[in-house]
Formats: sequence, structure tokens, C-alpha cells
Amino acid sequence: MHETEARLSKLFEQALAGDAAAYRSFLRDLGAQLRGFLRRRLERLPDEIEDLVQETLLAVHNKRHTYDAGQPLTAWVYAIARYKLVDLLRRRASREALDQPLDNEQEWLAAPETEAAGTRRDLAALLARLPERHRLPIVHMKLEGLSVAETARRTGMSESAVKVGVHRGLKALAAMIREEQ
Amino acid sequence: MKTDDLITLLATGAGAVDAGAPRRRFTLALGLGGIGTLLLMAALLGVRSDLPRMALEPMFWTKLAYCAALAAAALAVAARLARPGARAAGVASMLAAPLFAMWLLAVFALGGATGSEREALVFGTTWRACAFNIAMLSLPLFAALLWAMQGLAPTRPALAGAAAGLLSGAAAALIYSLHCPELAAPFLGIWYPLGMLMPAAVGAIAGPRLLRW
Repeated sequence: MHETEARLSKLFEQALAGDAAAYRSFLRDLGAQLRGFLRRRLERLPDEIEDLVQETLLAVHNKRHTYDAGQPLTAWVYAIARYKLVDLLRRRASREALDQPLDNEQEWLAAPETEAAGTRRDLAALLARLPERHRLPIVHMKLEGLSVAETARRTGMSESAVKVGVHRGLKALAAMIREEQ
Repeated sequence: MKTDDLITLLATGAGAVDAGAPRRRFTLALGLGGIGTLLLMAALLGVRSDLPRMALEPMFWTKLAYCAALAAAALAVAARLARPGARAAGVASMLAAPLFAMWLLAVFALGGATGSEREALVFGTTWRACAFNIAMLSLPLFAALLWAMQGLAPTRPALAGAAAGLLSGAAAALIYSLHCPELAAPFLGIWYPLGMLMPAAVGAIAGPRLLRW
């Protein structure tokens, strides 16, 4: 637990300072932790696990500005994961699943799982449905790894519009996930 | 899309994150909402013409401090509830201090008064309008603070909505003090909190709907 906290918070701190490689390691590590946590919580809904891992990772990314360096990172992530889980269970109105007590902040990191199962939802298909002003910046910057300036040149958008497009696009993606369920 | 591809997508070019964003969002919401509330009050109710004379009354400043303390406590609670995993119960107890202080003053005031005087201390001349005026004035602040909350990550949306409502009510009461003629502690201890609770109740109901993310 302490080890996980120390490892994750160090990586996240570097990520928030702009280190993309550290951020990637952080998200992979966190994804494994989330998968293990959700596997135990969603015994009756195994098909939902990987979708919820992705939804939670996207939420962590979109809300990473709400992390306060003074608080334990695992508590912050746990609150997000729990929120997304409860939201899913509520949407499914799955009473028996809601009756299961949720783990607490200490226990939830017990068993990470690095093996990802398939997803039911395809984020790439959702991404394709985004309007161009959101989709193009994401495709160029996030999938092809181009710089802001290069993306701006190719799309004819301004640099600030490119940055806003990525930011809003990922938020819109989260909203689409929410609404399709 | 595989989870690993999503991770690569999220991490690529993610850039640095400004830790001051939540603070700035609340500051902006309070600033713009506060201006909206001030304008609303100036248009509908007006500012007291005898403010300079009021400024000599210690109870006028007590009233301002009371509203400001409640607003500060509500802001601390709202800021906690806007962050996943932050505990709000501890700071929520800060709300009790100004309230109890005012109630204590009220008990003293009522203890030294006769029957008809007591009635005047509790009801003043504007008790019918007071709570509704505060609730009405809280609207611009309420809308601005809900916007601030939406951009953050409240994991307990009903509580977060209530805190945003309470903060808008307390800040609106502070501004309403520039119009309100009442200075009696019993009045301030009853009708002001009632006015603040109205937007808080609306926030508690609207939160789960409006603050989803």
C-alpha cells in the first residue's frame, strides 16, 4: 500500500510537471491497479471491467488538475474510481451489486492485474464521432504525436484552438461514454 | 481501442498541469457572481442611503463579519468537496462557530428585553422579505459556483451542490447587508441562515443532476 502510494505519487508528480513518459508509466500502473480493484467489485459484470478501467483513466486524465499535492494520491484516485463504479452500478440499477460493501481506501490496491480483457465499447469509434475541431487535434497530437505548432499548421487552426480542441475533445469523449449507457 | 492505446493517447503531449486551477476557478466564480449579485441588488433593492451612519454601529460590522465567516467556512467546504478524496467534515464544523456566536448574542439580547421588545428583535420590520431576498440575490453567485464545481470533480454531488448553494447564500447575505436595515442578533441568527439554506437546499437537489462528470 505505502509502496504503491509512493511509486504512483512520484510518477504522477513528474507527470503533472509535464513528463509524458512518467505519465504513461503512471497510467499503466494505475490501470493495472484499477483492473484488480474492479475485478473484485464487478464479479457479476465481468464484461464491464475493461470499459470502466478506460472510463476511469479518462476521468483521471480530465480531472487531474483537481489533485492536491498535499493529499494521498491513492485516496484521490480511489474516490474517482469509486464514483465511476457507483455511477455504473446506479445506471444499471443493479441492486444486488450495490448491496456489496465497497472496499476502503487501504484495501483497494491489494491485487493489480496487468492482463487487459477486451472492451465492449470502442473508444476509437466514439472518437470518430467527435466534431472536427475536437477530433483533428486529438488525432494529430495524441495519436500521431505531432507538436501543437505542427498540428496547427496541418489543420489550419490556431495553436490555442488546437490545445482547447484536445482538452474539450477528451471531455466530450467522457460525456459520450456517460450518455451511451 | 485497447486500454494501452488509450494510455498512449492520454500521455502523448499531455503537458504540465497548473495546480492553481481549482483556486482560480472559485475566485473567478465568486468575483463574477459577486458582481452579478451586486448589480442585481442595486437594480432591485438599492443600497442604503444611510450607510455612513450604519458604519458607526458595531452591530453592522458584526453582521458583516458573521456573513463573511459563514461564507469563508462554506468556501472551505465547497473547495474540499470539489476534489475527489478530500475530507470535508472537519472544515464543515467551521460553519458552526459564527452561527453559535450569533445565537449567543441573540440569547443575551432577548434576555434583557421585554415581551414586545423581543418580538421586534426577532421579526424586525423585514422578516417576511429577508430570507427570500437573500435567496434571490444568491442566484448569480449560485450559477457561477455551479459552473466552478462542474469544472472540478465533486464525487458527492448532492453535498457539493449544497455547499455551492450555501456559499452563494452566505456571500449574497454579505452583499444584502448593504441594503438590509436589521441589526438585531436574534433577527440575524434566524432569517439570514434561512435565506442561505434555500439555495443550499436547491443545490442539494440539483447537484446530482448538474454536477455529473
